[in-house]
Amino acid sequence: MGSIFSQISAVVAMNIRSLPQRFWMSLAMVIASAVVVAILLAFLAMAKGFSATLDSAGSENVAIFTREGSAAELNSVISRDQVNIIETAPGVVKDENGPVISPELYVIVDGIKKSSQTEANIPLRGIDERGFAMRKNVQITDGRMFTPGTNEMIVGAGILREFDGFALGEEVRFGKVIWKVVGVFSTGGNVFESELWADVKVLQSLYNRGSSYQTARVQMSSPNDLEAVRKFVADDPRLNLDVETEEAYFKAQGKQLSYMAYFGWIISSIMALGALAGALNTMYTSVAERAREIATLRAIGFSSLSAFVGTIVEALVLAAIGGAFGSIVAFLLFDGLNASTLGGSFTQVVFSFEMTGDLFIQGGIIALMIGFLSGFFPAFRAARLPVIVAFRNAA
Amino acid sequence: MTDNILFDLKGVHKSFTRGKETIKIFDGLDMQIKKGDFLAIMGPSGSGKTTLLNMLGGVDQPTSGEVLFDGSRVDTLSEGQLSKWRANNIGFIFQFYNLMPMLSAARNVELPLLLTNLSKKDRKNSVETALKLVELADRASHLPKEMSGGQQQRVAIARAIVSDPKLLLCDEPTGDLDRHTADEILEMLQLLNEKFGKTIVMVTHDPSAAKYAKRTLHLDKGEFVEKDLAA
Repeated sequence: MGSIFSQISAVVAMNIRSLPQRFWMSLAMVIASAVVVAILLAFLAMAKGFSATLDSAGSENVAIFTREGSAAELNSVISRDQVNIIETAPGVVKDENGPVISPELYVIVDGIKKSSQTEANIPLRGIDERGFAMRKNVQITDGRMFTPGTNEMIVGAGILREFDGFALGEEVRFGKVIWKVVGVFSTGGNVFESELWADVKVLQSLYNRGSSYQTARVQMSSPNDLEAVRKFVADDPRLNLDVETEEAYFKAQGKQLSYMAYFGWIISSIMALGALAGALNTMYTSVAERAREIATLRAIGFSSLSAFVGTIVEALVLAAIGGAFGSIVAFLLFDGLNASTLGGSFTQVVFSFEMTGDLFIQGGIIALMIGFLSGFFPAFRAARLPVIVAFRNAA
Repeated sequence: MTDNILFDLKGVHKSFTRGKETIKIFDGLDMQIKKGDFLAIMGPSGSGKTTLLNMLGGVDQPTSGEVLFDGSRVDTLSEGQLSKWRANNIGFIFQFYNLMPMLSAARNVELPLLLTNLSKKDRKNSVETALKLVELADRASHLPKEMSGGQQQRVAIARAIVSDPKLLLCDEPTGDLDRHTADEILEMLQLLNEKFGKTIVMVTHDPSAAKYAKRTLHLDKGEFVEKDLAA
């Protein structure tokens, strides 16, 4: 007997070539699959973009100190005395100006989102020149650095993109205080671009924080120094602080919003069930319409396996075409799309949707699952249909 | 004598259950078909013609009794074994041709050869020979919808003979054709029987078609009513 492969490939080719005869039913299945994949990819790209924005922000050579038990910078308080003690910790890099440390304030102000014209929280970070220099890939892209001791601020590129009223040279009012935008900074797309930066001493004064801060960052020469810093903090009862690398801190913040990916899978799975119902209908119709052809092939001597595989492959092809179409649409609509959402500190994080190869693979998997499940039962019917019954149906 | 018998049906019973009712089609049918025979089976609707043809073609099984083909039981074969047996021994010719609408004439004729171990080149040669025999070599690349009913039935005949089966089973092969075209098809079947030695069993309602056969059996209610015509 000829190989089962030649039988299967002949049946598959016939099924595929007969698709135009069932154009609208086939198109419905393609569209259903495309919609599911496009929506899944939109959620995954959002989660990926958000995660990348946070993950890329932290440096492994920077240790961040927060008050013990405070999950985010917003909830933390560190006194000047504690900052002074931290400066003496082992592992802290020193330069000609002494220990490289950046005590910082982190307060929330309002901004108007361009997309919805609604108010949203924006972080206003108080830092000094050392804090500025400590950020990865930081550069002033327009204007200049704020002058210490003045009501000047610089805005992240993400804030400028997504919010009204922060253009270079504009004056911005927060409460009774008027600030002047003197510069725009970029940090390579990470979460710091979703912030406003001003002089930490001015912020302490205007927000009545006395000499306290919220976090302190220190420069280490390598991540291995963290253990020494941790031991130092643990051994000093005055330092009721948590310390971790900045990289670990932001990764933890990113995980808080990993629900977006789960949500995407849940929504897509529910939609996939709907798509599956339509696809099953398409495939059962396909088998019914081809009953005479299937029966004829079986009568000639083709195996039931070839009828089964032929139907499954037809379903997979339709679902895969839909998946590819959905992926292309999602890529064109969402890749690089700028958006902002609430981050871990109740402030807006500006990020870009990120469509990567692994997301397309996930989209392909769900499309093929729709294809396989929608093809399996009709294929089983095609394979199990006794030849004589198929003849009767066809007559 | 036995070597000359292609089909031997012994005490074949066949019944269907419809709801609570059991419908008997055959109740102990005996029948022999000799090699090289051209047999027409006639009878009214419901007489069992198609059921008999289906059993001869291995697409239906008797409820009891024996069906022997070339001395071997086929009524005991599994579905998979029957598929192989059909591929090796039977060529089907249907009333409505049953061609694959999306395949060219040549590709339709090639289908049974996909079940053999022939190379692509040998398959191509066999397809050309079969199409020449039915005088359709020039229509090899045409789709069924581009051909007349008579031409489509000739493609179906080419498909039935391309793998050189011992038996051709024809289910109302001229039922969808006009008289002139029907005669052409029947002459072709006669040629296959007389010149190429194919054994042919043809179910038909048409007495004119039956005249082309070497002998005719009349079925009524599952029995041959003119016993003198039965073998």
